[in-house]
Amino acid sequence: MDNKKTVMQIISENRFMHILISVALGFVVGALFLVVMGLSVGDAYGRLLSSVTTLKGVSYVIVYAIPYIMTGLSVAFAFKTGVFNIGAEGQFVMGSMSACVVGILLGDLPKIILIPLCFLVAMAAGALWGIVVGLLKTKRGINEVLSMIMFNWIAFYLSNYIAGIPAIHSDGTAEATKNIADNASTLLPADMIKSLGLCPTANWGILVAIVAMLIVWFIIDKTTLGYKLKAVGANKFAAEYGGINVNGSILTALAISGALAGLGGALQLMGMGSRISVFSSQEGFGFAGIVVALMGCSNPFGVLAAGLFYGALTYGGSKLNLEGVPTQLISVIVGTVVFFIAISVIFERLKYAKKAPKKVKEGKENK
Amino acid sequence: MSKEYVDMNTPVIEMRNITKKFGNFVANDGINLTVHKGEIHAILGENGAGKSTLMNQLYGMFKPTSGDILVNGKKIEMNNPRDAINAGIGMVHQHFMLVQPFTVTENIVLGTEPKKGVALDMATARKNVVEISERYGLAIDPDAKIEDISVGMQQRVEILKALYRGADILILDEPTSSLTPQEIVELIAIMRNLTKDGKSIIIITHKLKEIKESADFCTIIRLGKYIDTVDVDKVTENDLASMMVGRNVTFKVDKPEQEPGEVVLDVQDLHCVDYRDVEVVCGLDLQVRRGEIIGIAGIDGNGQTELVEVITGLRKGTAGKVLVNGVDVFNKPPRFGFDQGVSSIPADRQKHGLVLDFAIEDNLILQNFDEDPYSKQHILQRKPIFEHATESISGFDIRPGGSEKRPAGTLSGGNQQKVIIAREVQNDKDLLIAVNPTRGLDVGAIEYVHKYIVEQRNKGKAVLLVSFELDEIMSLSDTIKVIFDGKIVDSIPGKDANENDLGLMMAGGKSNG
Repeated sequence: MDNKKTVMQIISENRFMHILISVALGFVVGALFLVVMGLSVGDAYGRLLSSVTTLKGVSYVIVYAIPYIMTGLSVAFAFKTGVFNIGAEGQFVMGSMSACVVGILLGDLPKIILIPLCFLVAMAAGALWGIVVGLLKTKRGINEVLSMIMFNWIAFYLSNYIAGIPAIHSDGTAEATKNIADNASTLLPADMIKSLGLCPTANWGILVAIVAMLIVWFIIDKTTLGYKLKAVGANKFAAEYGGINVNGSILTALAISGALAGLGGALQLMGMGSRISVFSSQEGFGFAGIVVALMGCSNPFGVLAAGLFYGALTYGGSKLNLEGVPTQLISVIVGTVVFFIAISVIFERLKYAKKAPKKVKEGKENK
Repeated sequence: MSKEYVDMNTPVIEMRNITKKFGNFVANDGINLTVHKGEIHAILGENGAGKSTLMNQLYGMFKPTSGDILVNGKKIEMNNPRDAINAGIGMVHQHFMLVQPFTVTENIVLGTEPKKGVALDMATARKNVVEISERYGLAIDPDAKIEDISVGMQQRVEILKALYRGADILILDEPTSSLTPQEIVELIAIMRNLTKDGKSIIIITHKLKEIKESADFCTIIRLGKYIDTVDVDKVTENDLASMMVGRNVTFKVDKPEQEPGEVVLDVQDLHCVDYRDVEVVCGLDLQVRRGEIIGIAGIDGNGQTELVEVITGLRKGTAGKVLVNGVDVFNKPPRFGFDQGVSSIPADRQKHGLVLDFAIEDNLILQNFDEDPYSKQHILQRKPIFEHATESISGFDIRPGGSEKRPAGTLSGGNQQKVIIAREVQNDKDLLIAVNPTRGLDVGAIEYVHKYIVEQRNKGKAVLLVSFELDEIMSLSDTIKVIFDGKIVDSIPGKDANENDLGLMMAGGKSNG
């Protein structure tokens, strides 16, 4: 019987292995594209690597990674509790938009009050976006994936609308909001950035992201709340039978998930953007979060690593055209990685179905 | 079995000295099986004895570590189910593998569809299906969708699927586990018909009664080892049970006479509708007192499921009262009833009873995770949780030992049930509701579950038992209430009951009283 445990261990180890293999395959396929286009694989990947291994490069990678880590945590948290949060995009936009409004209108407040206030408002806005979808699901039985996709667009147009309000809109000609007050900025001191040679938008948002990651890990692993949410995610019937309030749990999960994405929006705005542009299409931070959560096995620490990896690809990718390589190569690599991760799950299921009817049978009635 | 019999025919299936290891674990240890043409051969063993493993090797799902498989006297290498199918072996799994939105015909021909050019030839397919169903006397509606037909019908479709692929040897894995008593009778008739036609059937089961009723020979496996092959007519159910578990099994439960105490559960004029909005509980009254077991007997679909769901708070009723210790829990959430004193062993242990992906230790605190000592200030306390699991595992004989951190889904059915019983019994509530508590369990586990239910009664708990197993109802209940069309229509003392009278009452007939 002992081998059952080792089989489970192997499977979980394999999951990590599958992700590493998928990442490697992503680069292999990327290389194939380069070869087909007649470009040098060594030059392209060399540039990718060299651009992220300097101190400045690392600071860029971290700054790029912050929003991905946050939306990744948001999606991963929801995954753990059985909800597919495809609405992180909208929650992210709500967060950055509301932090932006507060950062402009209440710019006279001292830093020590304004920054936490921006965070809180952004989390509340993201949570609200999650809760509304949750209410539609629990009260009206509306599929959360559909309503989330619609809410992404509502957030998108709402953000564009608010950016156009005179009190918020830029005084200049730019199709964007004013810049947020300096007191709302999370940027590192300018002389520090200069002396260390960091990227101009270097900010301490990563610390907030790491704290958020630790909190998510703590909630999921250590608290009764996490127990409740996981129980609902794994088997809502048993959870209900055991006296857990299923609908309440779904709402809580979506609120926390939304707050994480909303906070991600605030961190992105306060550290990097400092204003919101009027967009013609969705920025995709929320969707990137799905990829990051997938690559991080929905594990908070995994999400941190995956977020940094994604940040590195995004930043490194932006340097590719120096080698005459289209930056879309990154999309090819990321797409391939996701594809192989998805395949590996299927592959595992096939293996599971074929090799382990023993296990399935034992789990069911009889062997 | 007699020697002449073996010599006269080449067996259709011969498994010689089959050993199968998974890592260090020996699932099958030198097992022999011989099946002849036209024979119904039962494989009997407890949960986890290695029956399914043995059959999965015969069906090519995995390869034996050592040993030979012979089909019609010829040694065959089975690498996958396709090889088994080509050798004329068909298998009907316990959990059916049917495409729910497809019709019966589509399911039967799936993978071997007749074609006209590149197009599917559904007319021919339908004709073939009707032909084969008539030939073997397996009546089905070829145009019905799987999702609309009963479990018994779905099983026929599975059998037809195997026959359509030319199976001469059918393996049925726990074929009766989800069938109603009537459907079981029909299935046995079908099996007889098939063997008359020269088919051979292997059934994996732990139901002794059905072996006695249907099988010719029975091979017993215990803990992965071959015990014996017996001629079913020459042994009693008790013999089979003893061989299966390796000790004497008592079917009788010791139940001292005792006077019931005050009323714990008082259901008054309860009404409730099912998902189709049809009233299925129609003004039902029921009382359960301390120290008694009330058994609800009835044919499935007469409102017993909904009754229990309303009492436990999983379903909203339309009218009535459900008093637990004097407090009305009608249409209150499950937690409210739990706090008033309701605990239950649910009918579907995998859906309602357990979170299969959760560790056993976590399943054991499903209702108590937010209470001291398992959590403090909403932080889970891993040590007390683990210790509680260790105590429960040894106290309730949950096997394997040391499995506190293992997902509940890796346990056998009987041990999963033990986890639920450990949890509910330790909750120490005044009312225990048990719905089909021994469904799918083997004799040893059934004995165990019955012992605990009676113990609860003896300790002065009120017990409501709902079961489709009449034997269980009759042996455990102090009073049997018969449910028919959403009402209690009869009530008889458990010790006076007999199967015939009960059967008549359950079908809506009246008893003499």
